[in-house]
Amino acid sequence: MTTVWDRVEPLLWHVEKPARYIGGEDGSFRDDKGDDAVRWLLAYPDTYEIGLPNQGLQILYGILNERDDAAAERTYAPWSDMEAAMRGAGVPLFSVESTRPAAEFDVLAFNLSAELTYTNVLNMLDLAGIALHTAERGASDAVVLAGGHCTYNPEPLASFLDAIVLGDGEEVVGELNDVVRAWLATPAARRSRRDLHVALARTEGVYVPCLYTPRYEGGVLAGYDVDPEAPPTVDKRTVADLGEWPYPKAQLVPLTEVVHDRLNVEVFRGCTRGCRFCQAGMITRPVRERPKEQVLEMVRTGIERTGYDEVALTSLSTADFSGIGDVVAALTDPEEGVKEVAVSLPSLRVDAFTVATAASIQQVRRTGLTFAPEGGTWRMRRVINKLISDDDLYAAVDAAFSQGWRRVKLYFLIGLPTERDEDVVAIARLAAQCVERGRAYHSKASVTASVGGFVPKANTPFQWHEMDSPNDLRRKVALLRQEARATRGLEIRWHDPDATGAEGIVSRGDRRIGAVIERVWRDGGTFQEWSERFELGRWERALAAEGLDLASTALRARGRDEMLPWSHLSAGLHKDFLWDDYEASLAAEGLEDCRWTPCYDCGACTTYGIEHVVAATAPPAGGSQGTGQGLDLTGAVSIELGATRR
Amino acid sequence: MTGTAQAATPPVAVLELPERLRLRYRKLGRVRFTSQRDLARLMERAMRRASLPLRRSSGFSPRPLVSFGLALPTGCSSRAEFLDLRLDAESSTSPGIRVIDSSAVDPAGLDRVCELLTSLLPEGIDVTAAAALHGPEMSLQEAVASCDWELEVLGVGPAEAAGRVERLLDADAVMVTRERKGREVADDLRPSILSLEVADRPARVLDGHGEVVGIDASVSTRPRGVRPGELCRALGDQVTLLGACRTHQWMENEDRTVRAEPLSEAGVACVGLPARTEVLGG
Repeated sequence: MTTVWDRVEPLLWHVEKPARYIGGEDGSFRDDKGDDAVRWLLAYPDTYEIGLPNQGLQILYGILNERDDAAAERTYAPWSDMEAAMRGAGVPLFSVESTRPAAEFDVLAFNLSAELTYTNVLNMLDLAGIALHTAERGASDAVVLAGGHCTYNPEPLASFLDAIVLGDGEEVVGELNDVVRAWLATPAARRSRRDLHVALARTEGVYVPCLYTPRYEGGVLAGYDVDPEAPPTVDKRTVADLGEWPYPKAQLVPLTEVVHDRLNVEVFRGCTRGCRFCQAGMITRPVRERPKEQVLEMVRTGIERTGYDEVALTSLSTADFSGIGDVVAALTDPEEGVKEVAVSLPSLRVDAFTVATAASIQQVRRTGLTFAPEGGTWRMRRVINKLISDDDLYAAVDAAFSQGWRRVKLYFLIGLPTERDEDVVAIARLAAQCVERGRAYHSKASVTASVGGFVPKANTPFQWHEMDSPNDLRRKVALLRQEARATRGLEIRWHDPDATGAEGIVSRGDRRIGAVIERVWRDGGTFQEWSERFELGRWERALAAEGLDLASTALRARGRDEMLPWSHLSAGLHKDFLWDDYEASLAAEGLEDCRWTPCYDCGACTTYGIEHVVAATAPPAGGSQGTGQGLDLTGAVSIELGATRR
Repeated sequence: MTGTAQAATPPVAVLELPERLRLRYRKLGRVRFTSQRDLARLMERAMRRASLPLRRSSGFSPRPLVSFGLALPTGCSSRAEFLDLRLDAESSTSPGIRVIDSSAVDPAGLDRVCELLTSLLPEGIDVTAAAALHGPEMSLQEAVASCDWELEVLGVGPAEAAGRVERLLDADAVMVTRERKGREVADDLRPSILSLEVADRPARVLDGHGEVVGIDASVSTRPRGVRPGELCRALGDQVTLLGACRTHQWMENEDRTVRAEPLSEAGVACVGLPARTEVLGG
């Protein structure tokens, strides 16, 4: 084992935030495994402080390091100053634990959580000294893998990755370890990359892109020529019971400040609210709750072990957790609860019940509360199946301000299907109404409306829909700002429309986008998630050089029968379900949450023979998602708010 | 084995700690690349895990009453860092700990708190001494008058370094500029440099970087503190800093005739010094 620490150390004096590169976290792994263990380097293609808290990476880190035949370390994208220093001194990408060069590991596995990090993936491969393209790697080179939510359209990165995992990684990571170990056990002279690829392709949930050759007709993807050794479609992996996987068991506690710097306990995975724009909700079905006793145990042991004073109960919509009432009551109990620890619910549902829950657990720091109505009008929200009425939002906002919060943040999307200017302007009006309601409680009540541009993603009902151009989005932002100008206490924030355009290219494009990403990277375009480093011109120049453009790769609508770049990759969702739901959306028809209503056979459960794991047979008190989904199912809603706090 | 484990466990003694406590710690190795802000968070988490009943400030968002001394620049190591904290006798959150009057504290309990915190802190941060504080209250930042440093520099040989040190000490003023609130500010370091010399340590060679020269410095905290990086820049072109370790922090009396560490390795705390030498004898 080599360490490059002696060469890294002198560089650290001269870079920003050197603690990014030293590891040393509580919970980190010290390699004591035998020579025959497979060495994994888990990589997050953004800075340390963004990547460290990633729960997916930490879960796999824990599972691998519990095995005798695996050892996992981590690495993150060095910031540009460190990258320059490393290149200047000839220092390769290294692991934070043992400062070992990345190329000495057997597997380099990337977490793909955001599309605009893809240029960093290339940069990290290059810094590692590993050949960029799969086709250029030999029998002794590291196996390059990826997993994470973005893998439902992995085509833009297909040329750079040996294999891509779809879905939950808990089980498949061990199977991959077995495959790689068997391959490495073959004498080098008889080992071929081809054997590795075939073995990987035989593993359920694993997509090996080099065995699928795209065919184009008239500049459009016409299909894939599939190697006889590979399956025609690859299905995602799904862990049936989250209770069997209480990971991470030892959440990493970093030495330096990171985002989400707190204990995180995942209370359930999957979401069947059915918001049509939400890729996470579509690809992680069905809902699998963690037993509430296990949640409490993970919180108690986690707080004791880490010393954190905050725990977040994470999921796509934590107020929907069947055990939320009991868990909150237990954690806030004056005798038996966790002492001097703040409990936070990072994703709040838009209703007064949720605010009452939040109020009961956030006794001290009531600064801001966030809701996501996503659409400005009831019509728009029916289109996207986010069935919250204006009154639901007002009730939530009233509850928040009356309970002492002074700042409310609202998330919206623009560029949604069927959107008219009146829907956009309505965002400002809705937010202004919220400010006015707040004023009844505090003279300085404020509302921030954060507006993102919509990118239709793979494996959602909107995957066929066209996308607004950056200029369309800019015009809508201007409309919104104009409308909001009159309201004091209302702030509009918006995501850069150009960055949304680039996200469209890498989310919706086919394998030809790989060459575009490579050009953007060679042109210096790393850290594209960071506004100060982003410039759409780089992407447009790269597209042009490849004979492509923004309109045809990202913006245009796709027909029902068009071959989508991800047609061979399945999250279980039937194409008919997605298409019917898309048509329902265009008719502004809502669809109920199937946790508490009869199954409409989207495919997520039936395809894989699994089902929801939900402790409650009825929607939680406070109802389903807003009044649009039949609050009457549970009868009267009991909401206990405290006295008005000013 | 399992049957006897319970019986073999000695009864847990109640740890008795004073209301005012000073700790001395080291920060060595990789962990020196954490910032002062990071260190404060690391300490807070370790204290929470140790169930120390920290007293909290009152107000909207109560903070534990922990006061850190002079900030240690990111990247510098130290063998002499200090912090003061206040414990709450009323707090019931810590079953194994009792907060008592500072004068009645048993040194064994203080040793145990050092061991406990060291075991809960990252590798490289060791709590080496603890003491109860009595008498006048003065913050560590106010109390510390000077610091000693061992620097390691690259770029020039020992003889050249010695020449530059001599010229620096002979200068009437040593001007450095730094950015403060977006403006360039020029400061004279000379009044703060108490001593500076090339160390009498064997030179070593760092692969690819050349000879490492040791420099010992003693700098005052007033009129302003001097960072190792600034000292290094003041030594002129080519000189780059490789490492810096704070070896001492000193409290001094007014005429600089008596000095003491805020807390010695032996566990003796100093909260104030006599103003003049002659008072000492009395």
